[in-house]
Amino acid sequence: MLAYILRRLILALITVIAISILSFVIIQLPPGDFITSYIASMSAGGGTVSEAEVEALREQYGLDQPITVQYLKWVSQIVQGNFGMALEWNRPVKDVIGDRLTLTVIISLAAVIFTWAVALPIGIYSAVKRYSIGDYIFTFIGFIGLAIPGFMLALIVLYVGFRYFNANVGGLFSPEYAEAPWSWAKFQDLLAHLPIPAVVLGLSGTAQMIRIMRSNLLDELRKPYVMTARARGLTEMRVILKYPVRVAMNPFISTIGYLLPYIVSGSIIVSLVLSLPTVGPLLLKALIAQDMFLAGTIILLLGVMTVIGTFISDLLLMWVDPRIRLERR
Amino acid sequence: MNDQRTPLLSVRDLKTYFFQDEGTVKAVDGASFDVARGQTLGIVGESGCGKSVTARSILRIVEAPGRIVGGQILWYDAKGQPTDLTQLDPDGHQMRSLRGREIGLIFQEPMTSFSPVHTVGNQIIEAIRLHMGVSKAEARRRAIEALRQVGIPQPERRIDDYAFQLSGGLRQRAMIAVALSCDPRLLIADEPTTALDVTTQAQILDLLRELQQQRGMAIMLITHNLGVVAEMCDDVVVMYLGRVVEVGSVDAIFHQAKHPYTRALLRSIPAITTPPRVKLHTITGSIPHPYNRPSGCPFHPRCPERLRGLCEVAEPALRAVGNGQSVSCFLYENRA
Amino acid sequence: MAEPEQDLKPHATPSSSQGEGWGEGDFLDEDVTTTEAEERISVATAGQLMWWRFRKHRLAMVSAVVLIIFYLVVIFAPFLAYVDPELSEAQRSLMPPQPVHLFREGRFEPHVYAVKGARDPKTFKRVYVTDPNTVIPLRFFVKGFPYKLLGVIPSDIHLLGVEGVPVEEALFILGTDLNGRDLWSRLMFATQMSLTIGLAAVAISLFLGVLLGGISGYFSGTVDTLIQRVIEILRSLPTIPLWMGLAAALPGSWPVQRVYLAITIIISLLGWTELARVVRGRFLTLREEDFITAAELAGCSRMRIIFRHMVPSFLSHIIAATTLAIPAMIISETSLSFLGLGLRPPAISWGVLLEQAQNIQALAISPWLLLPAIPVILAVLAFNFVGDGLRDAADPYG
Repeated sequence: MLAYILRRLILALITVIAISILSFVIIQLPPGDFITSYIASMSAGGGTVSEAEVEALREQYGLDQPITVQYLKWVSQIVQGNFGMALEWNRPVKDVIGDRLTLTVIISLAAVIFTWAVALPIGIYSAVKRYSIGDYIFTFIGFIGLAIPGFMLALIVLYVGFRYFNANVGGLFSPEYAEAPWSWAKFQDLLAHLPIPAVVLGLSGTAQMIRIMRSNLLDELRKPYVMTARARGLTEMRVILKYPVRVAMNPFISTIGYLLPYIVSGSIIVSLVLSLPTVGPLLLKALIAQDMFLAGTIILLLGVMTVIGTFISDLLLMWVDPRIRLERR
Repeated sequence: MNDQRTPLLSVRDLKTYFFQDEGTVKAVDGASFDVARGQTLGIVGESGCGKSVTARSILRIVEAPGRIVGGQILWYDAKGQPTDLTQLDPDGHQMRSLRGREIGLIFQEPMTSFSPVHTVGNQIIEAIRLHMGVSKAEARRRAIEALRQVGIPQPERRIDDYAFQLSGGLRQRAMIAVALSCDPRLLIADEPTTALDVTTQAQILDLLRELQQQRGMAIMLITHNLGVVAEMCDDVVVMYLGRVVEVGSVDAIFHQAKHPYTRALLRSIPAITTPPRVKLHTITGSIPHPYNRPSGCPFHPRCPERLRGLCEVAEPALRAVGNGQSVSCFLYENRA
Repeated sequence: MAEPEQDLKPHATPSSSQGEGWGEGDFLDEDVTTTEAEERISVATAGQLMWWRFRKHRLAMVSAVVLIIFYLVVIFAPFLAYVDPELSEAQRSLMPPQPVHLFREGRFEPHVYAVKGARDPKTFKRVYVTDPNTVIPLRFFVKGFPYKLLGVIPSDIHLLGVEGVPVEEALFILGTDLNGRDLWSRLMFATQMSLTIGLAAVAISLFLGVLLGGISGYFSGTVDTLIQRVIEILRSLPTIPLWMGLAAALPGSWPVQRVYLAITIIISLLGWTELARVVRGRFLTLREEDFITAAELAGCSRMRIIFRHMVPSFLSHIIAATTLAIPAMIISETSLSFLGLGLRPPAISWGVLLEQAQNIQALAISPWLLLPAIPVILAVLAFNFVGDGLRDAADPYG
């Protein structure tokens, strides 16, 4: 059991390192170092950067040293909580990202919850009533859900909302709360706005999860332990819910490992269409403005976020699956 | 056990078909036999002859697209009153109170017969609580007792193990403990030893016999292993393609087999006396495809003694040939 | 473990891989008496068998036809377009789709009505008025802008055209975009771009996937563990932000072809993992098969075993997995271009077209800009159905 946790932890760490290298590569990709672009953007904005300031920055990030040293310096800055400056805003990246990252987490979580809450019962239904009309309908809807990319669904929802309900379904807050400090009322406002983004974001994942749950459960339903459970005199309902569903849940839970990255990915682009105040629009803006420092940091943080989520789901899986818990290797 | 020949279960002309897009598979097509109280009935035949489907039909756990389309399954309660199980709702209270309580089931694969994510104890306790209406603690005590009775060492500890933590032999013992936890009157054992090695096989068979003597329950032993039949059974039913071709006491079947199929089966067993380096006898041909079973007697294409113009046209009925033995073969029609 | 010696026949284990549950599992793996049809099956090649099974999937067959039509559009895009897709004209900005009438006075004579643009004096918006008195007949196989079919065959014949007036002033089947470019013609070229980029990306992914999956599955041990970890890491990354980062780093001065290539590579870099997983899984299963052991014992070289024995037996799986991978590639390209980070104008792709429909204002005024979403959905669905059909056909028990 400990070995399992350790293995997962090490893998998570390696993944974080891989993400950090990729983010660093992205920061480094544009020609010139980012101090140069920093100075350029400051001057363009009418501000000035003193020679001493530039020197201090160069020293801080080791820009005259080999790339590996630069990378290590950058990482150590980040570990200390210093994410650098966002050029366009001329504010620390941390301040710019803060709330938006939280909202990204909230939206992604809501989408995951929606996905599971819908996929689980439908998957069970489709497997138990295989080849029924309901199964066909859900399978069909599932295929449609798979085929419509998140942003397109967002566009359609936006259009339908506007055309037929005369309402702007975008945004996460009502105007009066958008800039307000956090309060209970603002939180409630957030909850009220959450369903549409969560559904839009979760739909294609839901379609996949339904298919996964259905085929898992179909496999399990054929196994002899289901027959022996029936032979023990349990009601059919209880047999199915207690045994095959429970077993099929395990691979289902482990799918969060790629459901989460998928949803976080989707949140970027859906946020843009639905104008949600997540890190998505910020990332796009930063990339278009070639503010690679901000962009790289966002990519890094998103990556770390998914890794943490995946690690938590690994622990969850261990908790529910005795085969992993009791593994003696 | 004075009324040993009174039936516990009486299957009459049972028909269980599987309706599939490609065609209808008549898995069981008119099977009739009796299980007597406290006795062991062996059901033998090649794989695919409908043995397992018969067992599932009795428990009413045949899965879609399979369905019982005809016949009766008469279950005699303690007072000797018959109930036709085919008339009950498979998921209804009456049928469920038979399953696990009056009829226990064990399977070939002890590993997959247990849920991989529930402890062995959980599955025994579940059955006890469901049927006996006792407290959790009492059910647990009984479950430990059941495990002890089937010879599992340290049952207090083993009860919290998962099936994958037990060895194959222990798993099958645990499976028997589950099936017998509510003291059923009939145990259906579907190939109980096939997945085990020879030594463990013998132990499990001994255990079954011992438990049967203690409790006086009947056993319906489904197997394709004639050696097991000879060792365990009082009576034998031979099935071929969903039909019962011969019924008789174990002595009659082994020494005076009537049906050509039974005789061919017996010839294919190697014996100590069989000379070495001699090709073992096999039954010619192979089992016909389930979608197009032969007309007439289902065995006629492979039968060395078939009567031309008769066997491929008409189906023989099961007829008593004396000495408690019955056979469905035209070779014996006029002697009956 | 010694199997019981006197078994009459190996008992059919009711395993999950045998289809429809118990009844069938007990029967299907028995020898069967051969009929004529079965004899035909027993001599058929693997490819024939797959085709017969595939033919039974009606949805997959219909989808296959849809895909064929799509790729015909890819080949004949300039022929199907009737206006140069780059031809812009502010006077024709945001024209709505124009109905095409097939019959006139009871006779088959396809035609459209002339449309006149004017500026609303109050709102200053351009409005378009149909003039029912001016009938413009449609003509087929007419001369238009010159193009090279497949980049080689020069031609100027187009499927559609009109009589009397320049076609760009009269025909707007799907309306126009903000710059007054004809949406139908642009859609044809976008289809060409988006569907080929999907194929190109999948080709690179396939190469990486088969190579790394094959190495992983065949050699196992440390190499396998290493590649598996890399795959696991790649799968746990949120792809879109990474793509966005990489794509945004492409210099803006690059020509269309180079951006196309770079985007293809970026998309496939993260897309090969699923294919590698499938290939590895097949390798692992096959390695245990008797016929591979037999080939090894017969002294076949490693390369010969891989290419003569293993690859043919999982080719069908690869084809299925590849087909299923294409829609993800198409969606990736569309998403990136939609964000303005993928293909950039003057390249035309579905994503580039949809970029114009990005905000609610644009959608409210000109909902037809959302039309390119339809081919995206259709293509993705069709690939999915065909892929599913192929997978079932390749492995009826899988």
